[in-house]
Order: sequence, then C-alpha cells, then structure tokens
Amino acid sequence: MLTVPILLGVTLICFALVHIAPGDPIQNLLSPTASAADAARLRAAYGLDLPLPIQYFIWLGKTLRGDLGMSLASNSPVLGEVLRAFSNTIVIALIAVILAFALSMIFGIIAAYRTGTVSDRAVTSIAVFGISVPPFWLGVILVIVFSVNLSWLPATGMGPGGSKTFDYFKWADFKYALMPILTLALPPLGIMTRTTRSSMSEILNQDFVTTLRAKGLSELQVIAHAVRNIMPQAIAMLGLQLGYLIGGSVLVETVFTWPGTGYLLNKAVLTRDIPLLQGTILVLATVFVLINLGVDLVQSAIDPRIKRN
Amino acid sequence: MAHVIAAALPARKERSQVVKARGYWGNVWQRLRYDYVTLFCLALIIAIVLLAIFAPLVAPMDPYKSNMAHRLRPIGAPGHLLGTDEQGRDMLSRMIFGGCVSLTMGILPVALATVIGGLLGVVAGYFAGGVNMAIMRTMDVFFAFPSVLLAVAISGSLGGGIGNQLITLTVILIPPLCRVAETATSQVRSMDFVDAARSTDASTPSILLTHVLINILSPVLVYASTLVSVSIILASGLSFLGLGVSPPTPDWGLMLSTLRESIYVQPLVSAVPGIAILITSIAFNLVSDGLRQAMDVRA
Repeated sequence: MLTVPILLGVTLICFALVHIAPGDPIQNLLSPTASAADAARLRAAYGLDLPLPIQYFIWLGKTLRGDLGMSLASNSPVLGEVLRAFSNTIVIALIAVILAFALSMIFGIIAAYRTGTVSDRAVTSIAVFGISVPPFWLGVILVIVFSVNLSWLPATGMGPGGSKTFDYFKWADFKYALMPILTLALPPLGIMTRTTRSSMSEILNQDFVTTLRAKGLSELQVIAHAVRNIMPQAIAMLGLQLGYLIGGSVLVETVFTWPGTGYLLNKAVLTRDIPLLQGTILVLATVFVLINLGVDLVQSAIDPRIKRN
Repeated sequence: MAHVIAAALPARKERSQVVKARGYWGNVWQRLRYDYVTLFCLALIIAIVLLAIFAPLVAPMDPYKSNMAHRLRPIGAPGHLLGTDEQGRDMLSRMIFGGCVSLTMGILPVALATVIGGLLGVVAGYFAGGVNMAIMRTMDVFFAFPSVLLAVAISGSLGGGIGNQLITLTVILIPPLCRVAETATSQVRSMDFVDAARSTDASTPSILLTHVLINILSPVLVYASTLVSVSIILASGLSFLGLGVSPPTPDWGLMLSTLRESIYVQPLVSAVPGIAILITSIAFNLVSDGLRQAMDVRA
C-alpha cells in the first residue's frame, strides 16, 4: 500500500508550488504605502513567519479538513470552485476515454490479427497521428471545420444554460460537448491502439492459440480467447488514460472554454491565482492516484496471476 | 606448391572480409539502411534543424517587421507564401525562425533529463537498498501527476519565460528516464561480467562507466528519443497557455495561440503553426520507432 506515502509526497509538491512562485505574496496584498511593521504583522497573521516544516503541517492539517484556502480572484473557497468544475471535466473525460477505448480495441485487434496488411498499416498510421498531434491544435482545426465553415457545432462554451441546466442527453446541449470529447479522445486512441495491437499480437503468437485452432474453434472464438488474455492490461491502460485526461484537459478545455478543472487551471495561471492553482492541482493529482489504486485493485481481482503484495 | 598457395591467398582474404563481424552499431546501421520511412523522417528532421539554424539566411523577410496594411493575407498571397499574421508579419519567415525555439524545447530538455535522470537511475539501480529506495520513491511521487498537469503546475508557479519552460520540461522528463535507466541497470548489474570486473578490484566509477553505462545506453537512448515529440508538444502547449516565450518572439505554440483569434478571417493561416508541430512530432516519433526496431529494444 504505497498510496498513502505517495499522497503525502503529492501534498509536499503542491505545498512547494507556492514557494517556488517568484515574488513575495505579502507584497501583493499590501498597499504601496504600507510600512515594514505592517508587512511583518500581516506575515504573522498568515503564518508566513514560521519555519517551512511547521507551515507545511499547518497547511496539511487545513487541507485534510477540506480547507484549500480562498481564491484570490473570486474570493470564494477553492474547494467549492474545483468541485464544481470537476463535474464538468469528469463527464467529458469519461465519454472520451470510453469512446477511445472501444475504438482502440477494435482497431488494435484488427491490426494484430492481420499484421502487415493494408488495414494494419492504416491502424498504425492513425495511432501515430494520435500520439503526434498537439491536442489543442486538433481542437482549433475542428472549430475551423465544424463551426467556421459548416456552422454545424458551436465553437465554445456550454451553451446558454451553462453547467447548471446542462443535459448530456439533449442534443441542443450535447452539441457543445461533442468537439471537446472528440479532441480529448484522439491522443488516448493513438496510445491505446498501439498497446492493444502489440499485446494482442504477442498473445496470438503463443502456442495455445495453435492448440485452439487445432481443437477446431472458429477464428472468432480464437480471437475471443485472446481478448480475454489482454483484458487485465487493457483495463489498466483504460484507467491510466482516464487519469491523464482528467489531469491533462487544460489545453483542450482552454480551446473550447469548457468550464472544467482544466479551464479553471488556465484561469489560475493567467491571473496568477496561486491558491486556486495549488488547490486544483492537489485535487486532480489525488484523483489520479486514486484512479491508479482502483485500477490496481480491479486488475488483481480479475487476473489471478497478479498477487496483491 | 608455392604458386598454389599464392593463388589461394587472395581468396582466403576475401572470405575473411565477408565473415568479419560488423559489431553492434554496424548491425544497427545495416538494418536502418533499408528502413526508408525512418531515413526519410531523419532527413526531414535534419532539414527542419538546418532551416532553424540558418533562419536569418533562409527566411525571405524580417520575422518581426509588421505591416498593418498587409494583415492576415491568405496563403499564397504575393510576396507571402504562407500569408501574414494578425500584425502583417510574414508567416513563412516566422515559421522558419519559430522552429528554433520549438526544436530547442524538444531536444534540450530531453538531453538534460537523459543525463540527470540517467545518472540517478544508474546510481539507484547499481547500489540498490536504501539509495534505490530514496531515489525511486521520490520519482514515484512525480508519477502521481499526469505530465501535462505537472507541467502546468510548475510552469504556472514559476511564471512564463523560456528559461522556466526549460526547467519545467526537464523536471517532468527526469522521472521516466530515471525509471528506464534503473530497470536496465539492475538487469546489467547481476551479469557475470560485472561480477568479474568487481572481482578484479575495479573501482565502482570505472565499472559504472565501462560496463554498466555502455550496456544500458541503447534502451535509454531509444526511450529518450520517444520523449522528444512529447517534449515538443508539451512545450507548444505551455506556450499556447502563455507560459513560454514572450511575444513577439516567433514560436510555433505561441503563434498557434495568437492566430486562434483569427480563425474566422484566415482559417488556413491559423492552421499553419500546428501543421509544423504535427509534422515535426510525427517525424521524431517515426524515427524513434525505427531506432527501436533497429536497435532491437523492447518497449
């Protein structure tokens, strides 16, 4: 169970973020006419005069109680802002990763089954494109094609109702989410297709596959046996990619001004709102660690070869 | 008899030439020679690098000279092969100059991280025990962040600027390289030739340099080569968020970001910087795939 020490490490890095930021946070709060005594008093009020380890433990205690501080820009609690944005991110990330997973399984299995053919080359090309494309640029291209030229889809935002009345099952709302989802899906599609193709072709070259064929199973049944063997790995890959999408959505959400955690991060960076930046990153990294933990547990539950340590 | 031997000699010499082993790198080159995709991409990369290095000589115009009367000209406009940007600056010239920053941000952080991460990994893998624990558990903490998130976290705290971007990317690339070097080293260190070197009283630094480093070089280099395109895309992403070079310095990521405002006026021109990033990143990815196959390194 390495999860707890890793989470502690994560908090340490998040704590350090504030201290690698250049400039004195107190100076930004004070009026230009304030005296040195005022500065010292304010420093003491914020606990910034204490030694760093003590500051860390005070901060950690607050964090564990759910107090992530106040956003400098909006002057509201960071945790509330992050959680509100998070619900918008998790839904499109989930849809995107499931879409990418389904397509990558199909593509990867076809490519591995028919190694060296035209369909294998086509799949490999899609995969290379997926891992090489800058996701935010892909977003810009989709906007150019579907919003500027064809006027089929709205370019940005979540529509007139915003996130409160947003309904993913209504086309009038969902069309706002479509391009962000497609943009998010392509890089994991590339990575997962490559992984599926290589693990599937490894399985198909094993002796037991020959035995299955010798037993007289149909090719579809043979493939089904092979797929069962790559499933634990595929699920691990699915979880990892979901984590990457949730944590790495900052560029795509910025392109589409999709009001999720990524867009929140971008706002924090632009306004140099360090408490908001720190809080968002802490929440996202924690979610990433927990997803990885979940993946480990699921994997050891479905694959008897992986023993829990 | 003598003339018979004399006649046989050149033949034997010829045969020995054929049998002569090419060595590891000879074999790698032999395999690469017929891999036309990799060679083409390598040539493409060299061309892009040369264009960036000799930008002042090659670029048709001054990349900083704006002309408000010629704003947002389309692709193929007279005098501007790739059109002009929102300040009327020649896109072709800016693209050529912009390659300099983007390529540097692809290659330099990977090189720095290979040296630092590689050394940490070798030390962790060779000494095992407490040293290994300390180094690898620290790296595990960095793996708890998705790379884009960590990039935005560090860069966002440090602030924009090219130096901070370099630091950020290097820090992000160190953990994966360290892990690869550690795995490779711990495999090599239990091999007989390392034991042999140790039993002949060779010093630890000399074992590390002459026996370990040479043997982990190809997996580490192949892995590092896959990170170049990751680094280019991350760097352009940071510039896109305003965490890279400051305007008016030409940089593909930043140009993509500023031209985004103009997609309704000149959609094709706004797409140009992204195409450059895409082509460069595909070229690096395919070269590293080719290297992996030629060097016979498992992923």
